[in-house]
Amino acid sequence: MSDSAILVEDLHKAYGEVEALKGVDFDVPAGTVFGLLGPNGAGKTTIVRILSTILRPDKGKAVVMGYDVIRDAGEVRYNIGLAGQYAAVDPNLTGRENLSLIGRLAQMPRKMVGPRADELLERFGLTEAASRPLRTYSGGMRRRLDVAAALVQKPPVLLMDEPTTGLDIQSRSELWEVTRELVAEGSTVLLTTQYLEEADQLADRIAVVDRGMVVANDTATALKARLGSTTIELGMENEDVGIRAERIISDLFSDHTERDGNTVRLTSGQGPLVLIEVLRSLEGEGLSPVSLSVREPTLDEVFLLLTGEHCHVSDLVHGEVICDGE
Amino acid sequence: MENSPTISAGDLSSRPSRMVALAKDTMAIAHRNLIDLVRVPQLLVFTLIQPIIFVIIFRYVFGGAIYSPPGVPYVNYLMPGIFVQTVVFGSITTGVSMATDLKSGLIERFLSLPMTRTAVIAGRTLSDIARMVLVVTLIVIVGFAVGFRVQTNAIAFFAGLLLVLLFAYALLWVFVFVGLAVRDPESAQAASFPVIAPLVFASSALVPVSTMPSWLQGFATYQPVSAVASAVRALCIGGPTLSYVLQALAWCAGVLLVFVPLSMWRYRHAV
Repeated sequence: MSDSAILVEDLHKAYGEVEALKGVDFDVPAGTVFGLLGPNGAGKTTIVRILSTILRPDKGKAVVMGYDVIRDAGEVRYNIGLAGQYAAVDPNLTGRENLSLIGRLAQMPRKMVGPRADELLERFGLTEAASRPLRTYSGGMRRRLDVAAALVQKPPVLLMDEPTTGLDIQSRSELWEVTRELVAEGSTVLLTTQYLEEADQLADRIAVVDRGMVVANDTATALKARLGSTTIELGMENEDVGIRAERIISDLFSDHTERDGNTVRLTSGQGPLVLIEVLRSLEGEGLSPVSLSVREPTLDEVFLLLTGEHCHVSDLVHGEVICDGE
Repeated sequence: MENSPTISAGDLSSRPSRMVALAKDTMAIAHRNLIDLVRVPQLLVFTLIQPIIFVIIFRYVFGGAIYSPPGVPYVNYLMPGIFVQTVVFGSITTGVSMATDLKSGLIERFLSLPMTRTAVIAGRTLSDIARMVLVVTLIVIVGFAVGFRVQTNAIAFFAGLLLVLLFAYALLWVFVFVGLAVRDPESAQAASFPVIAPLVFASSALVPVSTMPSWLQGFATYQPVSAVASAVRALCIGGPTLSYVLQALAWCAGVLLVFVPLSMWRYRHAV
């Protein structure tokens, strides 16, 4: 067994004529969070379904905790917990009944099922609602129970398919917190999301998925550094000083400097580190800016660069990626 | 691989054998389905209201105008047909439930668990046959209340009820297939009625086939609802019995032979 909790190689899957996956590769080290980021229809859910043994791939290999999803599907199922996009729990059962049902079906010894359900209800702040049917739960409570259900059998690998889609900000940050705790305890998490912020917040590595292919796979920081660039804006006293400042800075970084009135703008691929150098050189000439701003690239920009024109990022709170038909 | 002690895959020593797992998982699923039934009693009420309305209409409104065989009060002719009709309409719920679980993603969750996959269907048919026992019991009580009397003996009567339940079991598999095939509860409901209506109405369940136009009599005599209704009726009121019972058993066996494999195939390709 390697150090990979999940290993995916050249994964293909077609639904009839539609190619959902066209050769996906990635590798998730144990104890990390891996984010699959992409718009609706990119193939994220298909990947999760294959990893959870619900679907068989047409071609390629997927291995979870050393077990092949086709050959050792039974073993894979002992090692994963699935939290689905559609909150797959029974609305007529109470919270405790739902968790007990999952525990029984996960082959836990009967006497361990009840205490485990209570432990999870407590952890997810659902103890008071434990004996109420789920249809009385709020959206956030329901989703928390969904994640709890994925954890009943203490699986080393947690697969979360868009766990926060449709949740309010409060519930979303609660789920993020839980995810961080799980990883701190040693779990490996694969999470799919349309929310750039979510991937940025949680994932150690992010694979950007578009039309059935991984178009980038890196850390959030590296993705930004590779494709985006830091913009530094220096406001000088007046235009004359601005011209002098521009000259000094362009001597340092010839290509990336521009001036607009008294404002000097520098774009850098090396991140904010250049700022120190810039300020030191200006100081050497007796100049100092009256205003200063540093803007990091957002994952939104990264996403647009990677996946091309057909998607745009909405202005909504979540920064959801919206794709028009091609 | 390093994992903290709290994180571990299912303890190997606690894993049950295949048959034990199938039995346990089937019970777990059936238990869940029955809780659903208790929490949503409307389903049961609707299943019962329809046959009760039929009992009232046919017993008290049309009954006087319907010819029944000599020596047999119409209510004794009617009730065995109502028993069969009740399980036919009741089986629609099975398709609706199956489609609901498929659409909600619950079946997907089940498929990701180390459970016996067949138990999802086995548990559904087990819980739904339990529901049928309850529904048939209640409609039998209604029957006795409106004047139905067994003209043979208790053993024959209970054999008749067992036949009704066997037919119900075969029908459940038809609707497991329908639910898995249409994948949507509303469609499952809608798709069921056109299939069921001719079977229930163009049959010997409510009125003797001899009163129907001749072009319809062939279908109405030999189709499954008629075969089972005639067999159950013969077991309740006497007369020639064996050939009806054999026909009914043949239909049940035929339906099971076709729809058990069809449902299992559909289930494997459901997601």
